[in-house]
Amino acid sequence: MSGRPAASERAAPTGVRRWWRRPGPLCAFPVSLFLLAGFAGPLVIVLAYSFMPPRTFSLRQAPTLENFASVISDSYYLSFFWSLFLATTAVLILFLVCYPIAYGMAKLFGRWANLVTALVALPLLISENIRLFGWVLVLLKNGILDGTLQQLFGVSVSGLLYTVPAIVLGLVYVYLPFMLFPLVIGISMVPESLKEAAADLGASRFEIFREVELPLSMPGIMIGGILSFILALGSLAESKILGGQTVIMIADDIESAFTFAQNWPKGSVLSVLLIALSGLIVVMLFRNIDLDRIIGRR
Amino acid sequence: MEDAREALLVLDGLTKAFGDFVAVRDVRLDIRESEFFTLVGPSGSGKTTMIRMLVGMEQPTSGEIRLNGRVLNQVPANRRPTCMVFQDLALFPHKSVGENIEFPLKIAGVAPRVRRERASALLRQLRLPVDYYDKGVNQCSGGERQRIALARALAFDPQILFFDEPLAALDFRLRKTLEKELKDIHRETGKTFVYITHSLEEAMVMSDRIGIMKNGGLVQIGTPHEIYNRPVNKFVAQFMGEVNTLEVEAAGAHAVREVQGEGTFEVRDMPEHFTRGFLIIRPEVMKLGPAAAGAANTVSGRLFNDYALGSRVQYQVRSAGGAQWLVERLQDDPFEGASDGEVTLGWRPEDSILVSE
Repeated sequence: MSGRPAASERAAPTGVRRWWRRPGPLCAFPVSLFLLAGFAGPLVIVLAYSFMPPRTFSLRQAPTLENFASVISDSYYLSFFWSLFLATTAVLILFLVCYPIAYGMAKLFGRWANLVTALVALPLLISENIRLFGWVLVLLKNGILDGTLQQLFGVSVSGLLYTVPAIVLGLVYVYLPFMLFPLVIGISMVPESLKEAAADLGASRFEIFREVELPLSMPGIMIGGILSFILALGSLAESKILGGQTVIMIADDIESAFTFAQNWPKGSVLSVLLIALSGLIVVMLFRNIDLDRIIGRR
Repeated sequence: MEDAREALLVLDGLTKAFGDFVAVRDVRLDIRESEFFTLVGPSGSGKTTMIRMLVGMEQPTSGEIRLNGRVLNQVPANRRPTCMVFQDLALFPHKSVGENIEFPLKIAGVAPRVRRERASALLRQLRLPVDYYDKGVNQCSGGERQRIALARALAFDPQILFFDEPLAALDFRLRKTLEKELKDIHRETGKTFVYITHSLEEAMVMSDRIGIMKNGGLVQIGTPHEIYNRPVNKFVAQFMGEVNTLEVEAAGAHAVREVQGEGTFEVRDMPEHFTRGFLIIRPEVMKLGPAAAGAANTVSGRLFNDYALGSRVQYQVRSAGGAQWLVERLQDDPFEGASDGEVTLGWRPEDSILVSE
């Protein structure tokens, strides 16, 4: 940001008034304002509500830890568990599904990679809920899949919808681009000559993958993993539309608290805990995996 | 020296085509045990394609590669008992110096303690501090990285060690140092080195034998001495460095005529059936001024400019016919003549080389 010492030498600005005149802060001003009002503001309000007495709608009350106590003593840990479990499962499956596709897009498909990119990105233009309802029609009893199989082979697969695997399918389907594209970038960052050198020194295909490709594409894997994990952790539509009431994910609880139960402080506590959990996981990952070291910057 | 056994590495009619473009054309070459062989050629001459076939990263279109009599064509790179030091070195940035050197041993399943000892020994052999073991490779200097790449290749213990212009990106002085170091390592290890470069000068310093490539084919193979003194054509002679090249035609049993009318010159050896070709005279065998008096071949002209080349000084002379001539003398024996003055230059017939193409 401050890579232009010449400018400061020329203008020699001192004090806040001068500081405002510099192009950096000036350009950043509109977006800072927008982020403060649209992102930081609501978060602060949610944080404040989490300390208000239950079922109240005013922020001008004495702070209390009552909501935290009631959330912890209640069975919300189950929703947290399901969210964590489903998000983790989805991320693992996403990695296994996306790595080969990403490898192809980065190294093998050539001109066709653009087509694959378009095909993967195109569904993003359609509302997530509508796409999920499409899956309902496919998985429904006597739906597209079940009906086709009955007609052709006399086999019935009627129990697919409203199950945990259906939710995982939905998560994998919806968050695929968020894993795929970072992986493509990560894999294309691995220089071809390093793989050739490893082969030349005796490494098999798998050893090249383990020793060279996987560690060097780790930045892409991490970003794709974190993106899709955080999104899946806070997801709502997949468990509602494809899971019915089979399991309750934490976002479902948060929604109920804010709308159905009209208990804003409780919803706020659950939100704050979810954000804290996501943050904790991200911080732990980045602490244990040193990206600079992996890509050899130090 | 020569025995009946086949050479260590035999290239038998090796050819590589990419579509219509033939990158390497029918190369026949024997590489002997423990020799330092260098392939030299300008960019686009096919030397990189050639070495990539030899290490197994490219499949020959036709012909055979035999190592100790065994055909290697279908053997993938990771199963060949050879390895290469890459042009960009291809050090693993996510591994420490020690881990890089140990890499081939780790792949071979050598125990950690043994490979650490081996890595330390290689660090010592390549004159790198042993405490570099844990250092990141990107923290090392260019010369250090060269040595690490070489150590890693030596750890593999290859039957032949290939080099793909690893010194090209270094500055002149470091390159000179590393050329000699590489030749020392070659002596110490007794391994077979096959090196490719675009610099004949580099090849001269290090090699036992040199192969010169042009347009995918081998033009000449020989010792540095042979290449220097008996280039087979103009290309090889000019590749060696700056030379005076005259286009000539036969004018008697021991004479040739310069086609632009610079004169008729005496030569010692005339190739059979020579009609037209090139007369090549190195700048350092040319005599200038009084020294040229009495030489069998002389040309007069005007001293145009001089260039200091370190140990030598080069003079450019322009003859009446418009040709430019280069003469070199040792810098402690400069030519004492006024710039733009009339000078005579000359050479002995045995100092010129006559080639047909």
